This record gives sequence, structure tokens and C-alpha cells, in this order.
Amino acid sequence: MADFTVLLPGVLQPLVGGQSYLTASADGAVTVGQLLDSVTGDYPVLARRLRDETGALRRFVNIYVNGDEVRRLKGLETEVAAGQEVLIVQSVAGG
Amino acid sequence: MGFMATSESYVIAIGTKKGLWLATSPDRKDWSLSGPHFLMSEIPSIGIDTRGGKTRIMVGVRSEHWGPTVAHSDDLGVTWTEPELGAIKFPDGTDAALERIWQIYPDAESRPGVVWAGCEPISVWKSTDGGEHFELNRGLWDHPHRSDWGAGYGGAAAHSIVVDSSGEKVHVAMSTGGVYRSLDGGASWEPRNKGISAYFMPDPNPEFGQCVHKIAADAAVENRLYAQNHHGVYRTDDGGENWDSIADGLPADFGFVMLTHPRREGTAWVVPLKADGERIPPDSKLSVHRTDDAGGTWKELHTGLPDHEYNAVLRDAASVDTAEPTGVYFGTRGGAVYASADEGETFTEVASHLPDVLCVRAAVVVGNPAGAENPLAAAEATLVAEAEEIVEAAAQKRDPDAEDPATVPG
Repeated sequence: MADFTVLLPGVLQPLVGGQSYLTASADGAVTVGQLLDSVTGDYPVLARRLRDETGALRRFVNIYVNGDEVRRLKGLETEVAAGQEVLIVQSVAGG
Repeated sequence: MGFMATSESYVIAIGTKKGLWLATSPDRKDWSLSGPHFLMSEIPSIGIDTRGGKTRIMVGVRSEHWGPTVAHSDDLGVTWTEPELGAIKFPDGTDAALERIWQIYPDAESRPGVVWAGCEPISVWKSTDGGEHFELNRGLWDHPHRSDWGAGYGGAAAHSIVVDSSGEKVHVAMSTGGVYRSLDGGASWEPRNKGISAYFMPDPNPEFGQCVHKIAADAAVENRLYAQNHHGVYRTDDGGENWDSIADGLPADFGFVMLTHPRREGTAWVVPLKADGERIPPDSKLSVHRTDDAGGTWKELHTGLPDHEYNAVLRDAASVDTAEPTGVYFGTRGGAVYASADEGETFTEVASHLPDVLCVRAAVVVGNPAGAENPLAAAEATLVAEAEEIVEAAAQKRDPDAEDPATVPG
């Protein structure tokens, strides 16, 4: 089994009891979508903040795998290997 | 539970581009402002449900980052609850995602728990549990016209929902699409736009496609509704079969607001703007206009309002209360909010320099509004509520046959 860690921005941490990261375990590599399914399973409000009801990543939510934004890779199908950092960051937007 | 009922007071809920503010008053003269709640999220819709002697404030919240949701408060904004799985969620198979909640409309006193919502993408929803969970109205969603409905400048909005006393006749208005009517409680829908201009389309009199900005029902005359259109102010006396202009006597026929009196026949309010291409008050003078004869004549109401104003008043940024005389409230995109306790004859400024005001709702509430403006009182109220819950839980443990004392706190 491999352990995966998803780092959360401060603004989302109150939704998970103040944790700054969530973890999941899996056999081998997983996709970003599968990892989100796993770590948000107990936190449905967090899940809705990140993805809409079609499963799409919200427009101004960015997820980085080892420093690369997943929209530049394979989106939610991007594979995550054990040990890779998964970071959720909101876009700089608004006025 | 929560607040002890003391006496009637008044609350204005002000939804803006960057959060919600609440104003409370014992007399509609002196207002205390609290907020922001949901800072940095827009609040395009608010419903204040005062049925059954309780007050529930429901808000449509939309974060640019984190999406839309519905939250409610049963303690005048001290605490907010958001259903974990979301109150409004497009079902599997629709391939749609909620963008914005444009309207939250508590139904009649005779239908407790029923709350309607109008949303983007254009859709109508109905809750039977006080606004905690809504179901998509399939009749409208599956309507063959849906693919031809468009988006107004502010987005594709089902923004007006009017339900008659029987609950069977329902009118909705959308931008763009126009007015649709159901005679079977929302199971099926037909467009009802005859007489409403769509001057901006190749055919200015289409069956549907109009950009109706707001509709409201007359308080006393069945089948009479009023509409503020994208240029044009109209009335129907036959449930939408025919619409006739009532714009004569107004300084302009453009605007977004349409309010009606809660009890009196023939009384409605509009806030005219100069034109589609010049969305400022006529002569840059902010005024409300009221008719007391169903649009036959209009009276300008300007006392207490600025002589120079260059901001628009949006479709849901205005409201009436149910007091006597009726209160009239509205906010501008410049962040000013005005209240009148005499049907618009005189206004006072409740707030200024807020973000763009998107939605205003006002209500007469029973209870002490201190929690909304006083953090200490709010904290005390929360502690009292928690203590009561513990006592109730203990009592239930002792009596396994006891009925659930309250599913909705407050």
C-alpha cells in the first residue's frame, strides 16, 4: 500500500476540522480524480467546493501534482505516484 | 429554542457582490447593520420565511472559487447551516451543474415547508422541507424550448416565481425566455408572452424569447400580474394570456424592479432606468414610482433619495414587507440601501458604500434581533441553544417514545 497526501489551502481547512492535509492509501498509482474521491469521502462539503455535480473541477480551483497544474496534464485523469505532492490552490481571481 | 420571542421587529437582508449584511430595527426608523456574512461570496438570492411564527433566512451563496450553495439561518444570522450534500444539485443524467441561485421564494402560509428556487442554468426547483433540499422541476427542464432560452447580461436566470392561492397556477419568468405558465402545479408549462415586446429580436413579437426582468402578482385580483420588461412595463388581467402596456406616466419603461403590495389591489412599485444603453436613473435622479390603480397612473417618490445617482437597481434588489403601512426597500449597485416605512413616500438611507447590492428582502419578524448585531448576545444565544439541545437529548433518552421535539432549531 502507498500513502498519498493532499495539501489544502487555509480557506478550506475549516471544512475538515482544521487539518492542513488529507491522506489516502492505495495499491500503486491513482488518478487525481480517484484521490479526490477518496480524501473527500468523509467531507462532502469539501467535495462540492472542489468539483461540481458533474464531477468537473471548478474553474478557479487548481490542483498541482509535483508542481504541475493538472489541466496542463490529463486533468482529473492525471496519475499520481506514491510520494508525489498533490496541492490544491485557488486561483488569484476577482476584484 | 434559540431566541426568546419578545416583540415584532424588522429585518432587511442585503445580498451583495461580496457578502450578506443584515439590518434590524424595532420601528423601521433606526436601523442597525451587521455583517458581512459570507464575505467575498456573492449573495444573489434571499428568502425570508416567516411562516408558522418562525423566521428562517435562506440565502443563495456563490463563490467564484468554490461554487454555489444554499445556506439557512434560524437565528437571524447568528449561525448558518449548509446541507452537507447541497440543497440544490442537478440530478444524474442532466449533465448540468448549478451556477447560481437567482431566486428563493417561500410559498404561501397554507403550504408550510414549500420553498421554490429559480436557478442558472435556467431551472425551477421545489423544496418541501423548508429549503433544505430541492427537487428539479422536470416539466420546465425538459421543455422543448429550453435549448432556445438565452442568457441575459447577468446570466441565464429563472428569476421570478409566482404561485397562486391554489398552488396549481404557477408563473415563472426568465431572462431570456419570457413568461411561462403552468396550470398543473408545475407539471407542464407553456409560454405566455403575447403583447410583451422583444424589440431586439428579428421578430419583435415571438411566442417566447422575451427578456422579462421581473414579474409580480397583484395582491387581490386573481390572474392580474405586472411585468417589468427589457423596455416595457406591462399588466395582464387574464393570467398571462395577454399583456398590455402600463408604461404611460413613467419617465422610462426600462428597469428591473417590479414590486406589488402584500394586500392592496392595484398597487405596484418600479424603479425606472433611462434605457438599455444608459442604465442610470432618468435625469440621473433616483426615484421610485408607485401606481395605486394598476398602472393607470404613476406617482414619483423621491423624498429622501439622491438627486444625483448613476447606479442601477437590480431586479431582486428591492422588496416590500408585510407591515401596515407597507415598507419598501431597495439597494443600488453603488452599495446604498434605502428603506421607507410609508409605502415609498419617504426614504431613509440604511446603508451606504456596500458592494453592489444584488438582492434585498425585508420582513416583519417576531423575536429579539439582538443576535444579528451583538456578538455577545449571539454567543449567549448559541450557548443557550446548545444547553437546550443537551436537556432535550437527555429527556429523550429518558422517554424513548417522546416525539422529535424539533427538527428545525429556532
